[in-house]
Amino acid sequence: MSPAGGLRQLDVSIKGKSYRSASGGAIEVLRELAFTLKAGTVGALVGPSGCGKTTLLRIITGLDSDYTGSVHLPDHGKLGMVFQEPRLLPWRTVEQNVRLGAPEATDADLDALFDALGLAAHRRHFPGELSLGQARRVALARAFAVKPDLLVLDEPFVSLDAALAKHLQDELAVLVTSRRITTLIVTHSIDEAIGLADRVFLLSASPAHVIAEVPIARPREPRTAEELAKIHREIARVLGKLSK
Amino acid sequence: MNVASRLFSLILLVAAWYAGSEVAGERMLPGPQTVALALWDEARSGALAFHLGATLLRVTVAFVIAMALGTALGVWMGRSRLADRLADPWLVALLNLPALVIIVLAYVWAGLTETAAIVAVALNKLPNAIVTVREGARALDRELDEMAHVFRMSRWVRLRHVLIPQLAPYLAAATRSGLSLVWKIVLIVELLGRPNGVGFEIGIAFQLFDVTRILAYAIAFVLVMLAIETFLVQPIERHVSRWRPKAA
Repeated sequence: MSPAGGLRQLDVSIKGKSYRSASGGAIEVLRELAFTLKAGTVGALVGPSGCGKTTLLRIITGLDSDYTGSVHLPDHGKLGMVFQEPRLLPWRTVEQNVRLGAPEATDADLDALFDALGLAAHRRHFPGELSLGQARRVALARAFAVKPDLLVLDEPFVSLDAALAKHLQDELAVLVTSRRITTLIVTHSIDEAIGLADRVFLLSASPAHVIAEVPIARPREPRTAEELAKIHREIARVLGKLSK
Repeated sequence: MNVASRLFSLILLVAAWYAGSEVAGERMLPGPQTVALALWDEARSGALAFHLGATLLRVTVAFVIAMALGTALGVWMGRSRLADRLADPWLVALLNLPALVIIVLAYVWAGLTETAAIVAVALNKLPNAIVTVREGARALDRELDEMAHVFRMSRWVRLRHVLIPQLAPYLAAATRSGLSLVWKIVLIVELLGRPNGVGFEIGIAFQLFDVTRILAYAIAFVLVMLAIETFLVQPIERHVSRWRPKAA
């Protein structure tokens, strides 16, 4: 949309996306959904469950081309993705999984990633021998090893216990900050979005569109409970104003 | 314990054979020692190795052709509904065509040639491979497919690391049933129109009512197939399923 640096940012402008239901009627999932995400920043999409977030990610990642509108990926459009489930190849070791996803990654790249994510001891293990939290870390390592132009995460911490989710979230925050990768994360947790993003996009219920954008000051830095409450109030205010 | 019970079962089989030969007489059912001696003679003269080699070569070539083609067609039919609908009647026809009809037609149309023999055997095994692999292709994990797509994995990587490992149990099943099916059909093909091989030898022995030779060649071939199963198929299977949590 904007001419300056238009090549480098993520531009999403979806006019409409419908599914055909089993009974034959069309169900509209997305309508007039548009946002842009500046290069090197983290955007979080937050919305009620079932609002079409996963559908949106499938369109952005090219898995679904049956929609009207346009999506422009940053730079060369190289993607790294962390799905809701780890989606590792169970018959390949942790290291092979990462290498198959990122054939250009060097040994040094992998060493650094495995160290940062606490996976060094598990390189030769098969995914079936890992806990869900460890498998999620492998999925993260694979996505970062690609050195993507756009990193996409679909609820990467869902069904982990709260302490582990927080821990992984911190590790993710360190990685995105140090590598400055344009990142789009989908979550239903406002806390998670505040903890990770430069900019939070609030989605409506289905058919989804962006109802508000909330910039987060000092992204990914420690916050007091007071500051956190303030951001929550701000979001609640934006949502409240819209519902009037 | 395991080995002991297997050994006991084997000894029981030989004993039953021995007893049967005592009752039926050496001509109808020669005893184990007679057959063993005949086997030894055939081995010493080199005839055994020659005929076993010819048969094994045919088994190998026909099996490889049938599995390769069957896997490709099975995956195609398992993934595309249109392909499945188009090819299914052909498959059912081929499945129900008697092996003998295919063999005789192949010989009539292409002459008593090696090519005709191999094609006939491969065609007999093909539908069985297709049906098994098609089941596997229907059960393929879409999620891994999407992952491979998003990470822009090359065709080769997808084939080698995503597709084949998912099909492995089905390929193993098709291999198991396939090897035994193929070698039985190869023998018939040899009996009807080849100048060498175990089937040819058994045909000669049949004309002479030489039961000893029939048993000698049958046992030799069963031993070879047992060796293939133990030293080739099982180790490959163990390697392929090394990632699975060990079952008891």
